[in-house]
Amino acid sequence: MTEIAKVDLTKVKPYGDTLNDGMVQVSFTLPVPYGNEAAEAARSLAKKMGLEEPSVVYSKDLGVGYTYFILYGKCIHTVDYSKIEVPKVDVDVMKKEGVEEYIKTHIKRDVIIVGACTGTDAHTVGIDAIMNMKGYAGHFGLERYEGIDAYNLGSQVPNEELVAKAIELNADAILVSQVVTQKDVHIPNLTQLVELLEAEGIRDRVILSCGGPRISHELAKELGYDAGFGTGSFAEDVASFTVTEMVKRKLVFN
Amino acid sequence: MSKLNLDQNLIDSSRNAAKSIAENVQNFIDDHTTISTERTVARLLGVDDVDEIDKPLPNVLIDNIIEGGGLEQGAAYWIGNAIVQTGGTPQRIAEKISKGEIDITHLSAAKEEKIQDTIFEMAEETVDKIKQNRNKRSQLIETLGEGKKPYIYVIVATGNIYEDIVQAQAAARQGADIIAVIRTTGQSLLDYVPYGATTEGFGGTYATQENFRLMRRALDEVGEEIGRYIRLCNYCSGLCMPEIAAMGALERLDMMLNDALYGILFRDINMQRTLVDQYFSRVINGYAGIIINTGEDNYLTTDDAVEAAHTVLASQFINEQFALKAGIPEEQMGLGHAFEMDPSLENGFLYELAQAQMAREIFPNAPLKYMPPTKYMTGNIFMGHIQDALFNMVSIMTGQGIQLLGMLTEAIHTPHLHDRYLSIENAQYIFNNARNLGDEIRFKEGGIIQNRAALVLENAEKLLNQIAREGLFPTIEQGKFGGVKRSRTGGKGLDGVVKKAEGYFNPFIQLMVGGGR
Repeated sequence: MTEIAKVDLTKVKPYGDTLNDGMVQVSFTLPVPYGNEAAEAARSLAKKMGLEEPSVVYSKDLGVGYTYFILYGKCIHTVDYSKIEVPKVDVDVMKKEGVEEYIKTHIKRDVIIVGACTGTDAHTVGIDAIMNMKGYAGHFGLERYEGIDAYNLGSQVPNEELVAKAIELNADAILVSQVVTQKDVHIPNLTQLVELLEAEGIRDRVILSCGGPRISHELAKELGYDAGFGTGSFAEDVASFTVTEMVKRKLVFN
Repeated sequence: MSKLNLDQNLIDSSRNAAKSIAENVQNFIDDHTTISTERTVARLLGVDDVDEIDKPLPNVLIDNIIEGGGLEQGAAYWIGNAIVQTGGTPQRIAEKISKGEIDITHLSAAKEEKIQDTIFEMAEETVDKIKQNRNKRSQLIETLGEGKKPYIYVIVATGNIYEDIVQAQAAARQGADIIAVIRTTGQSLLDYVPYGATTEGFGGTYATQENFRLMRRALDEVGEEIGRYIRLCNYCSGLCMPEIAAMGALERLDMMLNDALYGILFRDINMQRTLVDQYFSRVINGYAGIIINTGEDNYLTTDDAVEAAHTVLASQFINEQFALKAGIPEEQMGLGHAFEMDPSLENGFLYELAQAQMAREIFPNAPLKYMPPTKYMTGNIFMGHIQDALFNMVSIMTGQGIQLLGMLTEAIHTPHLHDRYLSIENAQYIFNNARNLGDEIRFKEGGIIQNRAALVLENAEKLLNQIAREGLFPTIEQGKFGGVKRSRTGGKGLDGVVKKAEGYFNPFIQLMVGGGR
């Protein structure tokens, strides 16, 4: 009986059913007609992707002279897992009750949070999941938090309107959701909000976060936000960050 | 034949309440017009094209009427008067206005009878053209044939109409019956319709008359090739609702998203504006033989599919009554609902089956539009493919009319070419394999499914009667639909609503409502 090989974290590669077999599944379409030549083209491409012994397990004529492929191959590359670093929102996430308690002890007043789905984006599923009473997947939204006054402005809110509302309400935090990110429409839109806040002289007075399926903390920081929340974030993540950041930045008494 | 044993008294009471809700609002609608309604009249009288700064001539013309304080009289009156006075066509008149050569409200006034005769003669020509389009559709369906219901509905959304055509033709060859061209994000908030063929859009392609024409031609071509009529769908919503309806009627679109309340709730368009606009748009859609798709499914993306199920049903009843008011027959009412239950819910499939069957039994002649899971699609494409399979299963078991196919890559990107193929394959497999399953089964008396449907109907009936007492506007103000609150004077586009003056007329409403079908 041979022992199972140990993972070498400095040389990690995909796992199929045996360590370091490198097995990868890929699927894609090539703009060439279905046939043996198409399959060979797909195999050649897979090799260039770094897949050894690529095998086309399925191909299908898509009807416009294009062909769809499902392939398996063995990846020749490795990564050094021990050197990986991912910027993360640096906060100890508290539960809803924890956040409420934290506000009572450290902030001693209601925290005002304004959120919106901005620009042309009409998909409120993200901002609703974080802000609305019901929340998402059993995680209650900010509206339900004691000590948080949450204002969800809804969809397609112009940045100007969001900033005006934040000023009017004297908001402690602004949340922006961006779901539609085709052709990177969200980038100029998110950037413009930061510029507006700076122009109004209130950028330093608010905790500014953005979120959405294609948003990472790294991207958010790059664009001038305090935090970015991707898929799998819930209200408590946003709330924990917001309240601790308020205390950290001494914004409690503004 | 009922499987759910629904209480007919509750159905009747719901329908009556919805009728009185619609009638109340109709009084408001009949007293008002909007800039988009009047631009539509201009379009139907033949005004098209743009000026040198790309402003559409229908906008140029109506803005000129507004400057002269004449919107209350309606575009038909002013255009008719200008024709009598200048002898030019509506197009020529619009061109002259754009060059500053005439001011439409400052021409001397002709006799009203003469104006009406002139306009009605022109309007009849347009209406006849739309009628011919309707006949051509019937004729093509008869000679080419069409897919079995539920129709397989897929979207294209490249932003480039020519790329859309490649994708649409591919989808048709793979088995799609309906192609919807998703609009570019934000178009619903434009208070004009862009012009010409377009190749730049975000998450979709601009709805323009030229884009409609190009896609229609492409689908006719591929339909001829594969021997099946392929329907074309677009979005008759937003600030230009009736204009898009007019363009669709002229270019033989077959289906339009066209909800009475959607724009109010989900695009924050003013409720007065939307309700007036939806009426004319539906009159046109009804006459043109276009199937409308209502947007109740959207409630379940912002609200919960179990808790808010009765709001979907209530809205279907209301949409049905508004559609009837506009002369749309039941066969053209693609009332909407959606498969949006949390996959972790025990017996969620049974509840979904109950609700889909309930819609089927309450609206027996409507080609129900069933929307796929979106809210609980996670990016796990493999799980997503199974969610879509269950959705297809419910559909074939309950005789849905229009199946908006779910994509395994929902929540990731607009569909890739092969995403669409995989979805169609999924639907065809299930529809074919379980074609008559629904005919073979009965639901247990007093079981989970029957009880679920009964409860939803009961709650919808209560809600509808409450709305009938309080009125539709206050109900929306309270956030009863989709959990979204909108105020009567809030939202976009209110400044485009005016009260009609004495002598106002819109020839198309007169000619199209219940006329010459």
